[in-house]
Amino acid sequence: MENLGGLFNPSSPEMEAMAGLTYYTIALCLVILGIIVIAVAYIIIRYRKKPGDDGEPYQNFGDIKLEIVWTAIPIAMVAVLFLLTCSTMKVVDPPAGDREPDLVIIGHQWWWEIRYPSSGVSTSNEIHIPAGEKMLVRLESIDVIHDFWVPELGRKIDLVPGHPNYIWLMAGKPGVYLGACAEFCGDQHANMRIRVVAEPEAEFKKWLDGQLAIPRTPTGGIAADGAKLFQTMACMNCHTIRGTAAAARVGPDLTHLADRATIGAGVLTNTPENLSKWLANPQRYKQGALMPNMKLSDSEVKSIVAYLEALDEQ
Amino acid sequence: MSSRIPLVPENTVPLPSLKANNGLLSWVSSIDHKQIGIMYLIITLIYFLLGGLEALLIRVQLAHPGNDFLTPEVYNQLFTMHGTTMIFFVVMPFLIGVGVYLLPLMIGARDMAFPRLNALSFWLFFFGGILLYYSFLTQSGAPDVGWFAYAPLSEKPFSLNKGPTYWALGLLASGIGSVASGLNNVVILPAFGIISEVIPVFSRKPIYGYEFVAASTVAIGLLSLGVWAHHMFAVGLGNVTNAFFSLASMLIAIPTGVKVLNWVATMWGGRINFATPMLFGTAFIIEFVVGGLTGVAIASVPIDWVVTDSYFIVAHFHYAIFGGSVFAIFAGVYYWFPKFTGRMLSETLGKWHFWLTVVGFNMTFFIQHFLGVMGMPRRTYTYYDMPYWGSMNLISTIGALVLGLSVIVFVWNILASLRHGRPAGDNPWNAWTLEWATTSPPAVENFELVPPVRGRRPLWDLAHPDMPDEPDAKIV
Repeated sequence: MENLGGLFNPSSPEMEAMAGLTYYTIALCLVILGIIVIAVAYIIIRYRKKPGDDGEPYQNFGDIKLEIVWTAIPIAMVAVLFLLTCSTMKVVDPPAGDREPDLVIIGHQWWWEIRYPSSGVSTSNEIHIPAGEKMLVRLESIDVIHDFWVPELGRKIDLVPGHPNYIWLMAGKPGVYLGACAEFCGDQHANMRIRVVAEPEAEFKKWLDGQLAIPRTPTGGIAADGAKLFQTMACMNCHTIRGTAAAARVGPDLTHLADRATIGAGVLTNTPENLSKWLANPQRYKQGALMPNMKLSDSEVKSIVAYLEALDEQ
Repeated sequence: MSSRIPLVPENTVPLPSLKANNGLLSWVSSIDHKQIGIMYLIITLIYFLLGGLEALLIRVQLAHPGNDFLTPEVYNQLFTMHGTTMIFFVVMPFLIGVGVYLLPLMIGARDMAFPRLNALSFWLFFFGGILLYYSFLTQSGAPDVGWFAYAPLSEKPFSLNKGPTYWALGLLASGIGSVASGLNNVVILPAFGIISEVIPVFSRKPIYGYEFVAASTVAIGLLSLGVWAHHMFAVGLGNVTNAFFSLASMLIAIPTGVKVLNWVATMWGGRINFATPMLFGTAFIIEFVVGGLTGVAIASVPIDWVVTDSYFIVAHFHYAIFGGSVFAIFAGVYYWFPKFTGRMLSETLGKWHFWLTVVGFNMTFFIQHFLGVMGMPRRTYTYYDMPYWGSMNLISTIGALVLGLSVIVFVWNILASLRHGRPAGDNPWNAWTLEWATTSPPAVENFELVPPVRGRRPLWDLAHPDMPDEPDAKIV
């Protein structure tokens, strides 16, 4: 069942609480459905009109006691379900008090900006968290409504422009947990994927330190050409590379792009070949994405890819 | 039936024929409730085919992961138009149309209280639909922001094309129309009404617990005013607000459950004729209960957090709206078609239509419950190749094609039966309400006098003077 994912592989205490309630409720629903199906099946067999049977059956107008019984039983069921609902809500969404968020997630059409306020690290689409630790996440949107959903880790929560929301995010065990935007947000809603990487504390620290490093700008070879192109073409109007003049936040921070597993919020695996294809024409892989086809020449693509790859090697 | 003794003197002028001189004009200028009702039904059938075609294109695109049959823009237009069409131009206007046709007959009236307002409603609906569909012909294409058209996605900075404007204007026009004549946007309640007519007649028993069935309609109508935020449990309203709307939504299950159990009790001890209307009526109970039960489950906030905006929700509301309202609509079409046209629909084709619908519908939607809890979001033009997702989506797509085939059989049945169907007579189902007390189709202005009504089943009382329903009841 685990490889079915989602509800079948709850990987946090919050998700376990919600999965438990879901299983319990669905089981109750199946019992009710079973009773109705059996009753209707019996009726179909027993009370079907037989050939030659032309008279009218006994005209029964109802029974007030029966009505009271089958009104009261559902009321009791609803009462129980409502109490379980309230207690589970408390487990999933306990108050955060005045704690500062550990993570800020900002929705963009069609990618996720991930910021770690205490360290100042900024990345996109991939969320690194220490396994077993409860992170308070603040969610915002820069444009339209998005929804953060990592099915194995917990609840959905909307990213509403002008209305920050908070959730607790935790993975019980190290691993990679996939998710996606769950609120329709335009052309590329389908390609707005999330990758949560839960690591042991030490590895998470190491990753965080790596992200904090400000890379030197390459001075020789085609990577240096790429660095120059990045600053002179339109790239820097939208992207940040720390340690350079490029500091825009319209598109993802590319300082440690080569460290990430995918390009375009999940559309391509992040390899130099795929990055070249993406730069040559992003619209081919993510039609409608806000990154235009820059009509780069093959050698320009090569230089910029070399530059972006070189940034993370240091 | 020539031996029929009418309840009251009846009018004899038949409805104008389209083939007569000025036939078309006599329909489009009509304020007769039956002509307007028929026009509603014809237009909703056309929109049903359009909305169904959009659904098939959606399912073909989703047949396997990474399919590029449709571009994201076109896909988004199609699912927006499918939802908008099926709710506002099929289910709602069908139920209004059937009500406009039948209610005056059922109460022994000549027409609606405000016949011109009735005609205005229809034409607002008609032109609203044309305005909406005209958007396909414009340069920017149809609306592509979902049938809820959430701001700010539907606003200028994020939707530069004109689609959302056509969507808003088309729905405003048709919405004014539907509010003017049928102030009822709960698309399941009139469907419940159809079922409460069909099940007693084919079980040969009065509806069980009439007072409870009727009162539960009022309860659902009232409670439904306080549930709207159950679409918003994930937007961050806070636990107190969420809990309020959660409880209100769960409470709807109680009157709904009362209805279902009374329908089952009506069938119990009956002598049931499983003609096509009753097949759809019986299947309605099961399919609707599936949608109703998942509805109670997702009224629970934490469960909603798991399944909202996923394919589970797509499955849930198709069980409620297709398994509920549309199955009831099919039951109603097979039940009243003889009254509307004077001819019976073919039972053979009806049974083919029924079984293809049941198989296709459940094959399309049941599996989507699992896709949803496994993590597949809705409204995505493509999806990733996660374990089993491809094969499960393919099963759903094949189901949709079976459903498409069932609709072809349905339309064929209508067209063939209009020409060659067995003549229906006044009361082919031996039913009990007043619409069956007159000719099929009824004449212009129905009854000349208000028929005498002493109980809920006037034609039963007429046929069984020895044991009328409520012997002490006064004339209503």
